[in-house]
Amino acid sequence: MNPMRRHFLKAASSAGLIAAAIAAGLMKPGQALATWNNAGFTATKTADALAAIGGTGAMESKDIQVKAPDIAENGAVVPIEVATTLANVESIALLGEKNVNPLIAHYALTNFGGSLYMRVKLGQTANVRAIVTSGGKTYTATKNIKVTAGGCGG
Amino acid sequence: MAITMRARASKDEIKILMTHPSETGLRKGANGQPIPAHFVKNIQVTVNGKTILDGQWGVGVSKDPYLSVKVQGLKAGDKIGVHAEDNKGEQGSIETIAA
Repeated sequence: MNPMRRHFLKAASSAGLIAAAIAAGLMKPGQALATWNNAGFTATKTADALAAIGGTGAMESKDIQVKAPDIAENGAVVPIEVATTLANVESIALLGEKNVNPLIAHYALTNFGGSLYMRVKLGQTANVRAIVTSGGKTYTATKNIKVTAGGCGG
Repeated sequence: MAITMRARASKDEIKILMTHPSETGLRKGANGQPIPAHFVKNIQVTVNGKTILDGQWGVGVSKDPYLSVKVQGLKAGDKIGVHAEDNKGEQGSIETIAA
């Protein structure tokens, strides 16, 4: 065994740890993270989750599209795109209406370019609902997704 | 443990992929005991230091979360920052330059 090589590897790995520590601690963005909406994310009914994010009474809008497969074979990983032509989008929320906790994600947005894509869990066949606020008004659209194997719980 | 992630930005879009178990707290392990919840709660994306996405996630986000978002006015050379924190207080950050 080459002792110099051992020494180098040891030094390199501790340098890696320092880099990780910097990444974890010192590279925070300037602004504080949003306060997690406990009432919204722990709600077990869609109506309660909507109330917690100010989405009650949102107007149906044809300017929002929830794009996803009609049938999800694996409910643990369902790709969802929310696309909208609404201008000045301020926030987008996504809900799986029959999930144990329906609220999946809620984003405050600036300079939004009209499309957001993520992968979500769906416990069973259900509507996925997008809530979009634009110009101080709240709009909504849904898509029904048939789930053949659930992604939440056991 | 830090949350590890990758980020890429080009043209009008920022793409983020994290490595995270994303446990809901609802699943039971082989021993019949619930697996404790462990999921990402906050994700923040900045462009040249300005927050363009301030997100909150619940347990319904898939394992190894992936997010892509289109952003108006994004251009090559813009400095993109991503920061995430989970329910155990574990954090992760990454920076990249838009291509």
